[in-house]
Amino acid sequence: MNISIDVQDINSEVRVYVKGEIDAYTAPRLREKLYPLSDKDKVVMVVDLSEVSYMDSTGLGVFVGLFKNVRAHNGDFKIIGLSERLHRLFEITGLADIIHIKSHAEGGTQ
Amino acid sequence: MNETYEYIEMKLPAKPEFIGIMRLTLSGIASRMGFSYDSIEDLKIATSEACTNAVQHAYKGKNEGEVVIGFGLYEDRLEVMVVDNGQSCNFEEVRQGLGPYERDQSVEFLREGGLGLYLIETLMDEVKIHQNEGVTVFMTKFLEGEQVESDAETISN
Repeated sequence: MNISIDVQDINSEVRVYVKGEIDAYTAPRLREKLYPLSDKDKVVMVVDLSEVSYMDSTGLGVFVGLFKNVRAHNGDFKIIGLSERLHRLFEITGLADIIHIKSHAEGGTQ
Repeated sequence: MNETYEYIEMKLPAKPEFIGIMRLTLSGIASRMGFSYDSIEDLKIATSEACTNAVQHAYKGKNEGEVVIGFGLYEDRLEVMVVDNGQSCNFEEVRQGLGPYERDQSVEFLREGGLGLYLIETLMDEVKIHQNEGVTVFMTKFLEGEQVESDAETISN
């Protein structure tokens, strides 16, 4: 029931590795940590969720907010490493058509 | 018709850090009943969404309060009740007193719930929401294939 968030800055690309569960308890911490990073002009942010075992609407809310902020700064926002379960969550909420996502099967963890 | 069921109830402080505890219990109950991996994940998300709403609702008041989660274990389904006013609630009274979920009554809750309520409705088989002093979410998930069988029975009777 915890979360770890690792951030790497590689060649002006912000890579975020999230591990654990994203729910009402951990989502605010995710938002606090990632929001300032999305506040840069032309930021490229890639969020790897391959180690996330649980996520609900609180997590989706954080990613929608990040996506909007990155776009407002003419940047690029991508989520990779989605498990089948997480992919389904993006599908049924219609966010899969809006946010650039990649699942495991598509080689999203590469 | 009086169906027998077993009942498990949890009362948690209305704080987000306890929602994960509920999920562990729910996983245990649902896997013991024979739900599939996907159904267990659906149940975890739907019940967490209801708890998240309850916790956020509680935070608005002065009292932090408690959230009551009741699980009704039937042969063919799991019924989950989430009550946000922290008051002890009679599962049987609640399940019989609830009318069909009416959108008009829940406008405020819908606005607050947003994506969460949408997920509850998508991931569960039946959802009823009762808004009084607090909000009670009552939802049902059938074991795979059971819903079709019970429908068939009704028709043949």
